Amino acid sequence: MDWVNAIVQGTLLGGLYALFAAGLSLIFGVMRLVNIAHGDLIVMAAYLGLTVTATVGLHPLAALAIVVPAMALIGYVLQRGLLNQTLGEDLLPPLLVTFGLSVILQNGLLEVYTADPQKMDAGALETASIAMGGLTLGVLPVLTFAIAVAVIWALQWTFYHTAVGRAFRAVSDNQDIAQLMGLNRRHVFGLAMALALGVTAIAGILLGIRTSFDPSIGGGRLIFGFEAVIIGGLGNLWGTLAGGVILGIAQTVGAKIDPGFQILAGHLAFLIILAIRPNGLFPRIAA
Amino acid sequence: MPEPILNIQGLKAFYGDFQALYGVDMYIEPGEVLAIIGANGAGKTTLMRSVTGLLSNGPGQIHFQGNDISQLRADEVAMQGLAMVPEGRQLFPSLTVKENLMIGAQVGRQGPWNLDAVYRLFPILEERKDQASTSLSGGQQQMVAIGRALMANPDLIMFDEISLGLAPIVIKDIYAALPGIINGGMSAIIVEQDIAQALKVSSRVYCLQEGRVSLEGASDKVSREEISRAYFGIE
Amino acid sequence: MSLQNYSVTRSSKAARVAAVLGALCVILLISAPWWAGRAEMRLLGELFLYLALASLWNLMAGYAGLVSVGQQAFVGFGGYMLFALTMFGGLHPFAAIALAGVLGALVSVPVAVLIFRLRGAYFAIGTWVIAEVFRLGFAQVSALGGGSGSSLPMAIVKSLASKRDMREALSYWLALGAAVLVVTCVYLFLRSRQGLALTAIRDNELAAKSLGIDIWRTKFTVYVVTSALTAMIGALIFLQKLRISPDAAFSVNDWTAFVIFIVVIGGIGTIEGPIIGTLVFFALRETLADLGTIYLIVLGIVAIVVMLKAPKGIWGLIRTRFDLQLFPLGYRVIAPKDDKEA
Repeated sequence: MDWVNAIVQGTLLGGLYALFAAGLSLIFGVMRLVNIAHGDLIVMAAYLGLTVTATVGLHPLAALAIVVPAMALIGYVLQRGLLNQTLGEDLLPPLLVTFGLSVILQNGLLEVYTADPQKMDAGALETASIAMGGLTLGVLPVLTFAIAVAVIWALQWTFYHTAVGRAFRAVSDNQDIAQLMGLNRRHVFGLAMALALGVTAIAGILLGIRTSFDPSIGGGRLIFGFEAVIIGGLGNLWGTLAGGVILGIAQTVGAKIDPGFQILAGHLAFLIILAIRPNGLFPRIAA
Repeated sequence: MPEPILNIQGLKAFYGDFQALYGVDMYIEPGEVLAIIGANGAGKTTLMRSVTGLLSNGPGQIHFQGNDISQLRADEVAMQGLAMVPEGRQLFPSLTVKENLMIGAQVGRQGPWNLDAVYRLFPILEERKDQASTSLSGGQQQMVAIGRALMANPDLIMFDEISLGLAPIVIKDIYAALPGIINGGMSAIIVEQDIAQALKVSSRVYCLQEGRVSLEGASDKVSREEISRAYFGIE
Repeated sequence: MSLQNYSVTRSSKAARVAAVLGALCVILLISAPWWAGRAEMRLLGELFLYLALASLWNLMAGYAGLVSVGQQAFVGFGGYMLFALTMFGGLHPFAAIALAGVLGALVSVPVAVLIFRLRGAYFAIGTWVIAEVFRLGFAQVSALGGGSGSSLPMAIVKSLASKRDMREALSYWLALGAAVLVVTCVYLFLRSRQGLALTAIRDNELAAKSLGIDIWRTKFTVYVVTSALTAMIGALIFLQKLRISPDAAFSVNDWTAFVIFIVVIGGIGTIEGPIIGTLVFFALRETLADLGTIYLIVLGIVAIVVMLKAPKGIWGLIRTRFDLQLFPLGYRVIAPKDDKEA
């Protein structure tokens, strides 16, 4: 039963990782940008949540109503003000600029919030659990997983059933021709980044309720998200959810073997999948 | 003489240090069908890229309906009512046929063209509307590309090498549909390698050679000799 | 005016002057233990090791297009090898440093095979994952102190030289030697056939392929050689520090972020860039380090601005302004003097 429990907990944890990954996946899909600062933006969202809960006194989940639009706005401004300038044939500018951004964000958070670990207080939600067939499931992990499924479904729907999703796909296919059709790619990219950081805000808040966080943990969150994307296969959002779940299970099963082995087991699972299925389990587009 | 809908004066275009156009003058009147011919590398594609805004030019060189569009971005030019059927169709592979057409309407201009009108012009597209655009034949893809440009309800539509890579019978069909497209008062520019076809449907013709206009005249007046001289530069 | 009057040359007056000045500088630096204080020598030693790391990263990112954010994997690996080989293998530290390089090369082979499957920016994050695997892996080795790390036993330190002054001079010379060796190696490599292939790939991957250049193999060679040398530098770094822990050994900030900033600010894809970048970086650090996190924020902003406004860095600006090349790589055509008057 312990092992079943580890797998179930890992699956639920995978929901959080899928949320880390979804924004990364979306940005790569639309503009082939890999944002090294993605993890730090997740952490920044958690801190924004902390500030909102502390100053307004809202429940962390209610704080989403403020943090999601705030992060979306930051995303749009960031894209139009900075990241659009890096896009082109050359790989170095986006990579190095987002890397610089990561260092700036991390140290900026350190300056504002200090290095002390913080946590958001979600009250009874944190400890509530439901018993199911001999297993005890935390309400928060279950809720996180449900939110992950809903977010990915919503992203998928946006991509394939709305005008903005159509614009995302058109710009992703051919920027010049999309421009000829009256689509301003800079604006479309801004919208994509806004959407991605909106999702990132959800990920950050759920992270901040689940565990304590400090400014230095962004890199690790980026890596988890990245691993979920690659395991699932580039350009496939449902694959990303599957990738997150596989990563989560590897970690909880690894932790079951030896607590110090948790994160390492996740990385090893990723490397094994990279060795045997370099395009991920459910690939859709070539990198 | 009515005010030209598109007026190009002294257009120079560069790719970095390389100059592709050396002071091109050209105009098209409302409702007119203009043909642009020229060998490969004569500057036809560069001219199209300049007019549509994919390539930025010096100020004052291109006026569309009285506005200077030389330095506008392609999407801003599109909003003003200039649409393009690009060389090689260039449909969006991840969009269905219908979605490709809908993207054309993105500029939000009102007019006679909508999904129904395009489906009336090319009925096959309605049958295939939910298919991936890449699953269509070359001719059908060309219909989508034309329909996509029409959906913008442009005042000026430009066709870049629409017969390239298509079977002669398909080319005939496409050109047969042309009058139905243009009769609403729309102006059109046809860039073609197929000179005979271009002359047949147009009222005036320009020939480009090495980045300059080498011939300008009424399509039914220019002689074969004039064209070959202008086209190949042979005296 | 005939074509014979033109000459094609790699060398230039500036390059010859630079070579002479460079040699004088190196001689001056070799003699530092006789005229410099302990603190200056430590600083210079650190500067040399950063210069070496930056030159290596630049070779990968600026020439081979392999942008890694995980070079700390090999820095830390080399450091840990120094500790393990001297403590448990009984090796002299010099032998351990050399062997760390060999082991670094060996380890980098399977790593390359695996992460070369990732393209572009995903390759970058892949290298980071590898570094994390190394960090977590070494943290599991209790003989090396696990997560809290360990110190180099005094007996091993003394095996270098019994007196502290001599030890510090030795470690200084090693760092200087490493920097000179790495810069020279990078320069010679870029002048070689392999180096030309690399430049061809950077300029146009498709064209290079059609010329029969095996892109995978060329990049693989660069990765393995860079990893070996980075591991040796890592061993030297921790020979200076005398203490190692997983967090210090595999720090992304210390061994990758700073190195990237150095190269970007100095000028990526040039040999001179890392040298200038290292000098600027240390000058900034010595003046702004009191500001702590603000200093890092400033560094990040400077790097972003340079990347966007002057992608070839400070050296790129100097080069276009004065048409200089201190490490002659390209050939240039010299027009005969009298042409200008004609």
